[in-house]
This record gives sequence, structure tokens and C-alpha cells, in this order.
Amino acid sequence: MPFDIPHTVSPSLWALAWKRLRADRVAMVSLAIVALFVVQMILSGAGLIAKDWAKEAGVNYAPPTLQGPDAESTGPAAAAGGATTAQAAAEEPTELPVQDPLADALAAIRGETKKPGGTEAAAAEGQSVDPLADVMADIRAKGTKADVAEARAATLPLGGDKWGRDVLKKTIKGSETSIFVGLAAAVVATFLGTVFGAAAGYYGRWLDDFFNWFYSVFTAIPYLLLILAVAAVLQQKGIMTIVLILGLTGWTGVFRLIRGEYLKHKGREYVQAADAIGASNARRMFVHILPNVSHVVLVQLSILTVGFIKAEVILSFLGFGVPVDVVSWGSMLNEAQNELILGKWWQLAAAGTAMAVLVTAFSLFTDALRDALDPKLK
Amino acid sequence: METLLSVRNLRVNFRLDEETTFEAVKGISFDIPKNSTVALVGESGSGKSVTSLSILGLLPKENSHVLPGSEIVYEGNNLVGLNQVELRKLRGADISMIFQEPMTSLNPVFTVGFQLSEVLRLHRDLSPAAAHKRAIALLEEVGIPDPAFKVNAYPSQMSGGQQQRVMIAMAIACEPKLLIADEPTTALDVTIQQQILDLIAELQRRHQMSVLFITHDLAVVGEIADYVVVMRNGEIREQGAAKRVFENPQDAYTKALLQCRPRLDRRPVRLPVIEDFMNGGGHAMNLAERKRGIALSDPIILDVRQLGKDFYSREGLFGQRKFEAVKNVSFKLPKGKTLGLVGESGSGKTTVGLTLMRLHEASAGEALFEGRDILSMSPREFMEYKRRIQIIFQNPYASLNPRMIVGQILTEPMQIHGIGGTAQERADLAFEMLQKVGLPEVSFYKYPHEFSGGQRQRIAIARCLTLKPDILICDESVSALDVSVQAQVLNLLQDLQDEFHLSYIFISHDLAVVKYISDQVMVMNQGEIIEIADSDAIYRNPREPYTKKLLSAIPKGWHHGA
Repeated sequence: MPFDIPHTVSPSLWALAWKRLRADRVAMVSLAIVALFVVQMILSGAGLIAKDWAKEAGVNYAPPTLQGPDAESTGPAAAAGGATTAQAAAEEPTELPVQDPLADALAAIRGETKKPGGTEAAAAEGQSVDPLADVMADIRAKGTKADVAEARAATLPLGGDKWGRDVLKKTIKGSETSIFVGLAAAVVATFLGTVFGAAAGYYGRWLDDFFNWFYSVFTAIPYLLLILAVAAVLQQKGIMTIVLILGLTGWTGVFRLIRGEYLKHKGREYVQAADAIGASNARRMFVHILPNVSHVVLVQLSILTVGFIKAEVILSFLGFGVPVDVVSWGSMLNEAQNELILGKWWQLAAAGTAMAVLVTAFSLFTDALRDALDPKLK
Repeated sequence: METLLSVRNLRVNFRLDEETTFEAVKGISFDIPKNSTVALVGESGSGKSVTSLSILGLLPKENSHVLPGSEIVYEGNNLVGLNQVELRKLRGADISMIFQEPMTSLNPVFTVGFQLSEVLRLHRDLSPAAAHKRAIALLEEVGIPDPAFKVNAYPSQMSGGQQQRVMIAMAIACEPKLLIADEPTTALDVTIQQQILDLIAELQRRHQMSVLFITHDLAVVGEIADYVVVMRNGEIREQGAAKRVFENPQDAYTKALLQCRPRLDRRPVRLPVIEDFMNGGGHAMNLAERKRGIALSDPIILDVRQLGKDFYSREGLFGQRKFEAVKNVSFKLPKGKTLGLVGESGSGKTTVGLTLMRLHEASAGEALFEGRDILSMSPREFMEYKRRIQIIFQNPYASLNPRMIVGQILTEPMQIHGIGGTAQERADLAFEMLQKVGLPEVSFYKYPHEFSGGQRQRIAIARCLTLKPDILICDESVSALDVSVQAQVLNLLQDLQDEFHLSYIFISHDLAVVKYISDQVMVMNQGEIIEIADSDAIYRNPREPYTKKLLSAIPKGWHHGA
């Protein structure tokens, strides 16, 4: 039986690229860093670490351990003081619905403008408009509990935020959001760009004209406006919303590249040869050409991931990002902008450093990946 | 005879990765005498181009290394140790070079006049006006018509032959003492090749310079070289005066190179291949004359009538320009015979092949395959005929999908056409085909990049054979191969025809190859049939002037009288 003849498995082009990549020290170090981030993200996602990130483990604005505790807030007095400020802060919003004499009228107006329905529904809606309500209730509950149950630390490893939550744990939990959003949005955008690009480049003619027209119109709209528009259409805040916003707006670059690659490859002899043996269009597009342009796809996926991790941060910073009950590096930076005025720099430092390290490592890895996958540079 | 440049014990290493190095040139020595042409002949991988690049110091710095002890002596100086500044003074002025691809060697965004005067201003310190004047004179010298007008043309506005003439003009602009020509005619049509060879020979005489002519084609060398150096695998196999090497070759490899190429005056049943000469010369060659030609009684398998193919290019917003690539082509292909299709680039010969395969839609005419028109049938109906007409492309490096193993490449067509019930059956058939084309069974598990050009072409042939076709279109299928490999593939095609009774349409620009393999030859020019006749008849008594012109341009090697 000829299948039984002894043979060694030949290295495929992928295997050869991997070999080149392995010889690249920078690539391996950056890959290790990225892997570390991903492992940590998975662990926190599974609830194994940083599960209690929302717990107020330290005093408000607890400084990093290395810096030592704040001079004016030491000892049990600080803990009590912290608790009172927390309570004061917590009390403030509770007064709002009660004391505002216009609240009912406002709710009614809101209800009327949105949808003419019963006043009960309108009132309910008026309440749910406030996204902070639940969180505030939560925080209030915790605040009182913490007050009674446990004394809070004066310092935390990387400091604490306004509520005394551990910045280290927030950073870890935040990576979960940021990396997931970056990866998932990059997958969506790359998928759209690849499918559109393949169809436009392969079939050409009117389909190509259509996609090019669509592409031109799409890229003519300022990016932020587009994001706001999609956000307005999708109506709700949430991680999946951000993934969709970034994915639906980010495919254009991939589309242009993949379209070009398909234009180039469809005239190649191996594709003509596939036509000659009777391979169908779909087979030629996806079985023959796609593996030969997949290195472009992979590099684009990698570049987009880096870009989207940054984009999520910017969106959250601007307030279009993740909901308030979710922590991400962007929301941390957003909080940090107020803290900086008080000289509390650690939240900014932690989130900024984590992002910079991951993005730098990912970019270096992308560069190395492109070199390894490009046979011409051999 | 005075020596202009001598190479002594030249050794060049290439670094492949961290541990392994590859010795591309293994200690070669030869001289280039003044006022003469030396031909450096070898197949791909012989180290001939590496040798010429090391003379100019143009080897890539990062992965190549000229070993100590190597000497390239030019006018008393060893060029090997020279730094870049000193080398740059020599390059272009004393030693200059022309490359294989004129299309990529000229900068497309500058006029040829600008590029010519740039060389002159760099090396000769001429004023812009004087340089411009000299550029026109140079263009005239290399035979460009209306040089005062053409000096302002961009490279894209010139034909391939004219571009190569401009490259030559640039190379001789500063009256070099040595001109290195690296495969200067390989990318050109036969008739243009002849003109460029004549031009180089004439310039060499007029300027009293020396020429180092690098080529894979011994036949070309015979016309212009005084001395011949034959290289293989980084070593010199034989060197000497051209007449001696051609008439009385000493080395087995030289003998093989001379014999492998099909000749116009003889047609052996099988072409001799390198192995026949190298391995102790086991003469199992069958050099008996093969009968060619067609008889009226031969059954016709494909009857092409008034085939036409137009291409349209967009012009302006709505305008279109029609270009007739194939006009009114009719021929009959007898079963089990070979129809040769010859012509220069742009003659439409490839378009005929692709249109018959329906890789292009035909604009007019019909092609009757056993009485049924395959050009007008629906794609579904055509599927069965698609199996029976197969094509082998020119470039074996491009026609195999680099991401598939050979096994996948061979079984895919059978899978599409439903040949062989199970994967195991198809694999068995694939193994059988590998054996047919002379490849080991292990090849099944390898990727195309692990094979040489000749082996890849065998894989492409095996892929076609898996479908058991009746007609095989060979589109320049052996043109990209080395002479010795070419002979092997031609023998394989011949054996397969003898065994399976295949009909070939053999498309090529190489008249000697077409003469060898064809029963009938069709000459095409600008989309039209010029002449169609039995292959012996067409070579002995060409009727049309164009055919005569093509035939007279074939390099004759050293066999001028024979």
C-alpha cells in the first residue's frame, strides 16, 4: 500500500514561517508578554483572580505601598473618616429623586416624548434612565458593610481609587475588557474586510464597482462621527456594542488590501490551473487563494487588535465606551483625569503602563510576524 | 594576447541560516583577454551570475561572503578587497553591466534621455547640454530610430527590444573596457534576440572592448564568443577557445549540453539527457530518426473554425477600445498528433490555448470536439469536456498552489470530477501518476517548494494526467526550464503521447523545440495564421516571408554549415 511508505512530514510554509519567527528573539519576548496578558485575562474572566475588584479594600485614594500611607490619614481614624466621606458621597445621590420637585414632571415629559404610554411606565423609565442607580445602591450597601465589617488598608500594592478599590485588581479586570474588545472587534472587522475584499477582487466588474463606491462613501465620513452614528443606532451601552461599533467601522483597511491581493492572485497561473481542472468559483476563492493571502489577513488582524485596544480606551475616555459597572483601561483613564488634579497619579500610571506594555509588545510581534510570513525578505 | 581581467581561485559562500552556508562558487579561475568575448555558460544554480556580480562587488552584503584567497585582478588591482567608493569609480566607467530584464532595469518615471545623461554626468563630468547631445548620439549608435525624438520617451513607450538597446547604450556610455552582459537576450523574442546579439558583437569590435557574456544557452554563445567557460554547480567543467569547445568538447557535461538541445536537422526518438553522458556514458540512447507528419486519414479530434477573441480596454469614462488578439483562426487537430503553435510575443498563440480551455470567453467561431461545439455549450455541459482538455502552463513555480502538498494537488481534480470512489482510490491513482512522470512516491507528502523547476513541471503534468485527458495544451511548458531539464520533460511528453495516444497543442516561441515535438506547425503573427504545414515541410521550404524571418533568427550554435 503506497500510503504505508515511510515519509517524513514536510515543513509547510506555515511551519517554515514559525521557524523563522522562533529565531527572532524580539518576537519571542513580545509573544511571551502578549501570552502573559492573555493568560491573565482568561484567569480573571474565569473568576480566579481579581474577582473582588469592586471591593473597597483600602482607604479612599490609598497610595501605593512603596510610597507609604498618607500622612493625614493614618490609623483607625482614617478608616472611619474614609467611611464617612464614602457615606456622604453615597448619601448625595439618594436625595435626588426625593428632593427634586420637578422629578415627576420631568419623568412624565420624558415618557411622553419617548413613547406615549401610561404614566407608570413613564415613571419606571425615568428611573432606569439613570444608569448609576443600581451601582449606587450597590456601593451604598458595600459602604455600610465595609464600615461595620472590616478595617480598610492604608496602602494597596498599586494604590486605590476614589472608593478605595484596589488599582492592581482593577487593572487586571480592566485588561479583560480591553483585550476582549480589541480581539473581538478585530475579528469582526477582519472578517468583513476579507469577505468584501475577496468578493470585490475576485468577481470584479459591477460587484467591485459597488464595493468601491461603498468603501469610498464609508471612508469619506469622519471616523468619530461614524462611531457616534453607529452608537446612536445600536441604542445601548455594553461591551458587545463597542465590539460592533469598532468592527463595523474598522473593516475598510482590510478590504482594500485583500481586494488588491485577490486581484493579483486571480490572474496567477495556479488559479488558472484550478479553473482548468474544473474548480468552482467558491473553491478557487477560499480553498486556493485564501490560504495564499492569509498571511496578509493575519497581519491585519494583529494590527487591528492593537488599534482597537487603543480605540476602546479612547471611546471609554470620551464616555462612549463600556458601561460604568464595567471596568476597562479606558474607564480607568477617564476616572484618572479627575484624580490627577488631586495629585493621585497611580490609577493613570497603572492603566497607562499596562496598555503601553501590551500594545508595544503586540506591535513588535506584528512586525516580526510580517517579516516571518513574507517569503521575499528571507 | 593581453589579459584585461583575471579571476583566480574565486570562492563565494552564501549564508542560508545561522548554521548552514552554501558554497555557490568553488574556487574558479579564468581570464578575460583584451578585445574579445568570453562566454560564461551554465544552467541555473551553476554560479555564473554570482561570479559576474562578484566582479562588480554587487553581491548582497548581508548574506554573501567572498572567501580570502580569492582574486579578481583588473589592471594590476585586486577588486576583491576594494571598498565601495573605489568600486563605484570602476562601475559604469571601466566595467559596466547589462541585465536580463530591461523592463525592470530602467526607471519608469524618468525619460531614457535623462537616465542616459545621468550616467554621463556622474562619470564624465559633462554639462547637461553636452550630456543630452551625447545621449542622442548613443541612442543612434545602438540603432534606435529617430533618436532625437526618442530621447524624450519614457521606458514604457518603447518595446522590449528597444529598452534593451537603451540599457546597452547606458552600459557603453562611458566607453567601458569590459561589458558584462547577464542573459541579455533571454527575455526577448527570437528575432529581437538576433538583433541584440548582432549589436553587442558589433559594438565589441568597434569599441575594442571585452565582453563577458553570461547565458544558459550554448546555441547563442556559438555566434559571438571567442572563448567559452562552462560552469556547473559552482565549478568550471571546461574552458577554451569557442571553436575547440564546440567541435571537440572534452567534458561529458559540455557534450551533454550540446546534445540535449533539439536540433533543426535531426529528430531522435528520444532526446539525449545529461545522465546519458555523466554516469559513465551508459549509451541507452535511441537516436534513430522519429517519423513526423500527419496523414489525411488521421481522425480529427478537435476542429477549430474561425476562432476570434477580442479584448476591450476602458478608455475615458465610457469609451472602450477593441483589441483583436485572435482573428479568424481555423485548424484541425488529429488524434494522437502534435500541433505546434509558434509566434513571437503578442502573436495571440497563448490566447488561442486559453480560449479553447474556456479560460477566456471566445468572441467568435466554434471549436468542434468530436463534432460538438465546446465554446457554445453551458458550463455544466462543458464540465465533461473540461476534463478531456487539459493545460500545462509555462511557469512551474507559479502554477502549483504553494500551500498544498503534492498529494492534494494531484487528488483535487479527481475529487472535483468524481474520478475514483474513495480517497484511497484517488491516492492510489495519484501514486500511479507520480510513477508515470518519474517522481518518487515520497513526493506525495511534499510541498511544491521542495522541488526543482523540472520536477514541478512533472507534477503539473501528473495533475493533468489524473483526469485522463484526450487533448493536452502545453503553453510554453518547457520554456522556463534549463536545457538539460527541457530535454527530460520533452522526452516525458513524448513517452506519454506514445503510451496514451494524447493529442498535443504545443505552444512555444522556441522553433527548435517545436520542430522536434510537432507533426504539424502553425505560425501565428498578430492574431492571424501566417502559415500551417507539416513540420518538416515548414522548416525546409517556408512559403511566407514572416516564417523565413523567424527561421533565420534561430541561433545556429557552432553548426553553421551542418
